[in-house]
Amino acid sequence: MSDNMKMRAQLKGGLVEVKVLMSHPMETGRKKDDFGQLIPAHFVQLVTATLNGKTVLEAQWGTGIAKNPYLTFRLKGAKVGDIVSVTWLDNVGETATQDIVVTAA
Amino acid sequence: MQRRNFLKLILGATTALLLEPLNALAALWSKPAFETTKIKEATKLLGIHDEISSTDIQIIAPDRAENGAVVQVEIKSNLANTDAIYILVEKNPTPLIAHFEFSADTEPSLVTRIKMAETSDIKVVVKAGAQFFTRSKNVIVLENGCG
Repeated sequence: MSDNMKMRAQLKGGLVEVKVLMSHPMETGRKKDDFGQLIPAHFVQLVTATLNGKTVLEAQWGTGIAKNPYLTFRLKGAKVGDIVSVTWLDNVGETATQDIVVTAA
Repeated sequence: MQRRNFLKLILGATTALLLEPLNALAALWSKPAFETTKIKEATKLLGIHDEISSTDIQIIAPDRAENGAVVQVEIKSNLANTDAIYILVEKNPTPLIAHFEFSADTEPSLVTRIKMAETSDIKVVVKAGAQFFTRSKNVIVLENGCG
């Protein structure tokens, strides 16, 4: 699960648009399973994006981000061939990192 | 090990470059703010104060959401020096949804998908320099998405 992150980074009109789709249950800890047992909270808390190794975006998330989190962000001054990397860390210590090379749209 | 150090370690290993966090505090998860059940308490815990209503914040979200489990929201700040964007949903069990910090090389805009328990305002707060700005958009939710 944790190595399942889909990313795309495309140069469009001077900006690089990065789209990220993470595979994560984003459990709030308030939902019950079929046996009436509470499903423990399991959600992404920290997300960091870098451009060629330099931090460009940092996010903190709560349980209110939808399951299989989706995120778009846009970078100035990035060019084709640059490397965008996204890392997430969840509340149980699971983490995933994915790199993507910027391409022309 | 603190989460901040842990994240740095992972990033360090993958990029083999020294990372400079935008704001060392932002790298720590704001547990009290994310866990409070009151929106006023959440903004207070985040240090948000005297926010000014601003139409320079754009919120694109549906007027009606069939299913509150997935509500796509696009946010754009046209305010100069936007450092951070906060998303809160007033009537969610825990109103604080997310806190984004942008570097100078990042456009202060984003698209994400959030959960909404019931019909509520989505409140967006922008931090620009030392000032806070805000705008809200109401979304009618037909099916609870917070289970």
